[in-house]
Amino acid sequence: MLAFTLRRFLQAIGVMLAVGIIAFAMFRFAGDPVNQIVSIDTSAAERASIRQSLGLDDPVLVQFGRYFINALQFKFGVSYQFRLPVSSLLAERMPATLELAIVATIFAMVAGILMGVYSALRRDTILARLFQAISLIGISLPTFLIGILLIYLFAVTLGWLPSFGRGDVVKLGWWSTGLLTVSGWKAIIMPAITLGLFQMTLIMRLVRAEMLEVLRTDYIRFARARGLTTRAIHFGHALKNTLVPVITVAGLQFGSVIAFSIITETVFQWPGMGLLFVQAVQNVDIPIMAAYLLMVSLIFVTINLVVDILYTVVDPRLRSTVGRAA
Amino acid sequence: MTQPVLSVRNLEVEFVTRRATLRAINGVSFEIAKGEVLGVVGESGAGKSVTGLAVIGLIDPPGRISGGEIELSGTRIDHLSPEEIRRVRGKRIGMIFQDPLTSLNPLYRIGDQIIETIRTHTNLSESAARRRAIDLLAEVGIPAPEKRIDGYPHEFSGGMRQRVVIALAICAEPELIIADEPTTALDVSVQAQIIALIKRLGRDHGTAVMLVTHDMGVIAETCDRVAVMYSGRIAEIGPVQEVVRNPLHPYAKGLMGAIPTLAGEDKRLVQIPGAMPRLSAIPPGCPFNPRCAFAFDRCCVERPEPIRQGTQSVACHLFEPAKETAA
Repeated sequence: MLAFTLRRFLQAIGVMLAVGIIAFAMFRFAGDPVNQIVSIDTSAAERASIRQSLGLDDPVLVQFGRYFINALQFKFGVSYQFRLPVSSLLAERMPATLELAIVATIFAMVAGILMGVYSALRRDTILARLFQAISLIGISLPTFLIGILLIYLFAVTLGWLPSFGRGDVVKLGWWSTGLLTVSGWKAIIMPAITLGLFQMTLIMRLVRAEMLEVLRTDYIRFARARGLTTRAIHFGHALKNTLVPVITVAGLQFGSVIAFSIITETVFQWPGMGLLFVQAVQNVDIPIMAAYLLMVSLIFVTINLVVDILYTVVDPRLRSTVGRAA
Repeated sequence: MTQPVLSVRNLEVEFVTRRATLRAINGVSFEIAKGEVLGVVGESGAGKSVTGLAVIGLIDPPGRISGGEIELSGTRIDHLSPEEIRRVRGKRIGMIFQDPLTSLNPLYRIGDQIIETIRTHTNLSESAARRRAIDLLAEVGIPAPEKRIDGYPHEFSGGMRQRVVIALAICAEPELIIADEPTTALDVSVQAQIIALIKRLGRDHGTAVMLVTHDMGVIAETCDRVAVMYSGRIAEIGPVQEVVRNPLHPYAKGLMGAIPTLAGEDKRLVQIPGAMPRLSAIPPGCPFNPRCAFAFDRCCVERPEPIRQGTQSVACHLFEPAKETAA
C-alpha cells in the first residue's frame, strides 16, 4: 500500500517536471516579453536594462534552474502587465475559482447521482425521460451559450440574480469567500450551474448506465433472494457498486472543471484565475500563463493521485492486490 | 400424510414479448415433503431454473406466473404483494445460485452480508447477529470463522464462497432451500463436499430441498425423488432409484442412457436425436414427439397428462389406456 502510494507519487513528480519544462519553454518561444512591456520610443539601453532586471539575458539552463527553484517556492516571477508577483495575483484569484469549481462539482455530483439513480430505478417514468432529455441538452449545448441564456432569463428578464461578479466577499485570512454572504450565494448560483451542467449530465448518464448494469448482476439477484428490502438493495448494495467508477470520473472531472472555468468566468466576469488567464493571453503575459499552466497541472496530478488512493479505500479487491504487489 | 412443505399445482409461467407470449412453464405440479430432497433435471431451457425462481417469487417482467398455485406449508405464496413475498424470501425459502464467484457483493465483508440478512428477518441485535453469523460459518464448514467473518468475498476460494452462500441461504432457518445448479461452477472434488453439506443441512434441520441440476450423478447421490423436465413440463417424477434404474418416459430413458458408466463395455452412449424445441415453436400434443422413437398419431395431437405408474408418475400416452379422441 505504501509502496503503491510512493510509486504513484514519484510518477506525479515526473509529470510535474515535464510540465515545468513546457511552461518554461513558453518564455523562450512565445515572443519577446520586453516588447510587450515597453513602448515604441523606449531606447535600446532601457530595453537592455529591463531585459537584465527580468533576468532574460542569462543562459537558458540558468534561467530554467532559477525558474524551477522559484516555482518550487511558489514564486512564478513578476507579471509583465501588472508588475506584481504572479503568485500573489494567483493567490488573490484562486479562492474565487476554487469556490466556483467546488460548488459546481457538488452541484454536479448531487444532482447527477440523484437523477441517475432515479432514471435507472424508474426507467419508464415521464420524469426519467425528462432527465434524459435534459442530459442531452447539457451534453450538446456549449457552456457559454447556457451561461448567456441563464443571464438573459434570471438576470435580465426576471432580475432575480446578478449577471456578473462574486457579490460581497468576506476575508478569512488570505482567503476571500463569497459563501458567507447572501449576495455571494446569489452570485455563485448561475456560474456554478453553467460550469457544472456538463459534469452533471456526464455523471447522471454514467450513474444510470452503471446502476442498470449492477442491478443485473448475480449478487443483486442473490440479495433479492435473501429477502433484503428494496431500499437496502438499491441504496446499499447497488449504489455502492455504482459509485466506484463515478468517483474516478467525478474526481478527474474536477480538474477540467477548473480548466473549463476560463469560459464561465469570462461570461460571468467572475474574478478568478480563469479570467486572469484570459487577460494574460490577450497581453502575452507569459509568467501568468506559465504559472497558470503549472497550477492547473498540479491540481490535475494531485486529483489523479487522490483518486487512485480513494479507489483502494472503496474497493477492497484493489486494496489487497495492491498490497500483494507491494 | 403430513402436509408437504412445498406444493406446486399446475404452475404456468409466461414471458410476454413483443412478438408473442411464450409459455416457459406449462402445467407443472409437484410436492416436496419435510426433509426431502427433490432433484429437478432436464436440458438447458427445460424450465428448471424458472420453476425455482417462480417458487421464490423472482420472476422478473416480462415474465409472470400466469396460472396455478404455489403453497408453502399450506399458505399460498404465488399471489402475495412484493413486500409480503420479500418477507418469505430468505426467511422461509433460502436460495442458492449457480455461481458463487458472482453471488456475493464484492464490496461488502461476508460477515456484513450475513448479519444484514439475519437482521432483515429477525430482531436480533448487531452483536447477537454476529455471533449467529460465526456459528453459521462454522456450521457450513468454514475454518476459523471468527476470523474469516471479516474477510471480503475475493479472499475466499470458489468452494468456500459457495459455503458462504449456503450460510446466507440458511441463516433464517428456512423451511425450503432452492439450490439452482449449486455445484456446476465448482470442480469435482469441491462439488462432492458442497452436495454433502446441502444434504446434511437438509437432514439436520428437516429442511426441504429443491435441487436443480443437470448432473445425473448429483441427483443419484443426493435426492430422494427426481423430476425430469422437458419443454416446461414434468415428463416423469418419482423416487430416484426407480427413475434412474427404470425410467418410463422415452425422454427419461434417453437421458439415463446418456450417462457414461465406468464399467464401460465398449458401447456407444445413446444420444437423443434432435434438440429441445424453442419456446416459440413447441409442437402440438406431446412436446417430445418429434424426437421420440415411440411416437404415434395421438402424440402429435393430444397433450399427455401425468399418469401414475406405481411410485412414478409419467406424462406419456404409452402408459395410458387409449381413449377416443374427439372427432
